[in-house]
Amino acid sequence: MAAGKFLPPVELTTSGRPVLLPNEIECSLLSSVDLESDELPAFPLLKSGLLILTTHRLIWIPESSSTTTTAASAIPLSAITHIFSPKKSLRSMFASPRFRFQLSVSSDGRGVGSGPGSRSVVVTVVVRGKGDSDAFYGKFWESWRARVWESDVVVSSSSSNSQLVSGSGSGSDSGGLYTSQGTLRMAGVSGILRKEQEMWESTDKSLQDAFQDLNALMSKAKEMVVLAEKMRLKLLSGTNSQTGATADEEMGSKQEMQDWLLSVGIASPVTKETAGALYHQQLSRQLADFVRIPLEKAGGVINLIDVYCVFNRARGTELISPEDLLQACSLWEKFDVPVMLRKFDSGVMVIQNKSHSDEEVFARIKTLVTKPDTLRSGISASDAAMTLGIAPAMAKEHLLTAESKGILCRDISPDGFRFFINLFPEIDPNGVYSVKEYGIYATWIKATSASR
Amino acid sequence: MQKLGDFKLPHFFNYPPYFTLQPVRDTREKQVQLWKELILDYCRTQKIFVIGLEEEFPLFSNPVIERTLSHEAREAFLSALVSEGRAEWLDKGHRKCLILWHRIQEWADIILNFVKDNGLEDSVMTVEEIRSGTESRGTELSGIDRTILMRALKLLEQKGKLAIFKGTSADDEGVKFSI
Repeated sequence: MAAGKFLPPVELTTSGRPVLLPNEIECSLLSSVDLESDELPAFPLLKSGLLILTTHRLIWIPESSSTTTTAASAIPLSAITHIFSPKKSLRSMFASPRFRFQLSVSSDGRGVGSGPGSRSVVVTVVVRGKGDSDAFYGKFWESWRARVWESDVVVSSSSSNSQLVSGSGSGSDSGGLYTSQGTLRMAGVSGILRKEQEMWESTDKSLQDAFQDLNALMSKAKEMVVLAEKMRLKLLSGTNSQTGATADEEMGSKQEMQDWLLSVGIASPVTKETAGALYHQQLSRQLADFVRIPLEKAGGVINLIDVYCVFNRARGTELISPEDLLQACSLWEKFDVPVMLRKFDSGVMVIQNKSHSDEEVFARIKTLVTKPDTLRSGISASDAAMTLGIAPAMAKEHLLTAESKGILCRDISPDGFRFFINLFPEIDPNGVYSVKEYGIYATWIKATSASR
Repeated sequence: MQKLGDFKLPHFFNYPPYFTLQPVRDTREKQVQLWKELILDYCRTQKIFVIGLEEEFPLFSNPVIERTLSHEAREAFLSALVSEGRAEWLDKGHRKCLILWHRIQEWADIILNFVKDNGLEDSVMTVEEIRSGTESRGTELSGIDRTILMRALKLLEQKGKLAIFKGTSADDEGVKFSI
């Protein structure tokens, strides 16, 4: 039986990220996970997939989407009636880590549900990968206990209000960072608070991460070391006083802590923590989904720096470092996504649609430089930027590429750096005074002589 | 069409990129070729034998479009002529360049023809007479660069067509033809 019939299917984006429900927040990830149920023959075969825990669901995605026939599916946390504590036995030390939970299924055993006559079956999660299954289990339990899905009903009933406040339109089904209206969705206050909470729990590790990232900085700036020490002390005292201090105080120092981390340019360790080794992979897929709209607006090519700004703005508090962005982009080669990273000869890096063709840009540039005005005086990068509707830095890259293809040639003078249509191939070296009757050279002569 | 003195300039002399050294290989090759032809043509018609890179040279700037060749570009174009044997650097610092719109061999042939035309097969002439004597007036030898003339004469000496002998000073070096 196909998974989709028993478990609700999950819609995936073009880059293979699950489409999240409104207000749904991703909490943790595990790779190479099997889901199995011995009691229930109808339970689908879910072998070696990526298991994503959100505030609402357990989402299972096949790891190589093209080869398996099993579709991505989800178990609503609301259908889970009990989570068993992991058994600590001698056997568990050698076998793959596993934990079990109880799932309520409809009376006929053909679907998840809690209607009348429903019964419970036990589902086992087998972790075959290297992920931290204990941490995952902890978050799984937390998310289940938090029952965030119940508060959704309240939020959506006052949808006009929630749109104003959080910007997440109720009933939006596009997921990710966009609502169905195409506007940016923010995680909302509850999301931020949850992340803060998680950050608390990972203070030790986040500190280690922070110090690793700081190594390079330390060698250069002594102040950085002092700052890092301060951060460390703050964190340590925070952990010790965690039980005694009031929640407000904790939140305040946490906020301060995060401000510091952000001010020294460290990527939010929480996100790295939730996704672990899968961090860049997931970031890469999310980014591929995200750049679709900025790319459309920018005409198919967008500067990496611009993406960095827009993407971080959309992520709100969980900023990513430039290195993370670069790494996420370079992972695209491995996935089937419609965008690609491109490096120009000058070193400038851009993101462009795979379907974007240079030929089209060259054709537009060619038309631009063969107008009578530009034949006479050439074009600068900013002229091209205005006409082509792209950023000047981008326009310059296009002009330089066109130059290297022999379409344009340059003119450097006190007036600046300008490009002209390349006339050199048109001129006959054996008859420098002869001009072909028809051709761009003749057109150029006509255009220039008209002005003098 | 634009003119430089009585020299007719090609249309592309008003093309601004012509005055900027092009970085793209194919484009630059064509640009260098066009400059080589223009320099040789200009020097031939204007009887210019030496181009000083640091001096004003009318061909290297175009006041109409307000463009001037950079030092780097001048050196690149002249070096291209040197590598073809149509020019020679006169110093190591590449500040002066001898332009050979006739190669030395061609100049030697011109001298032989001049000697034959004037019936000087067995005569003696000073070097200065060849450059500015009445016989050479109106020929290509009139006003020829001394360095080039001496190189051509030495070539002929090696072939046994003449003998160069020294006078009391550098000015009155003499040539004894024996064709």
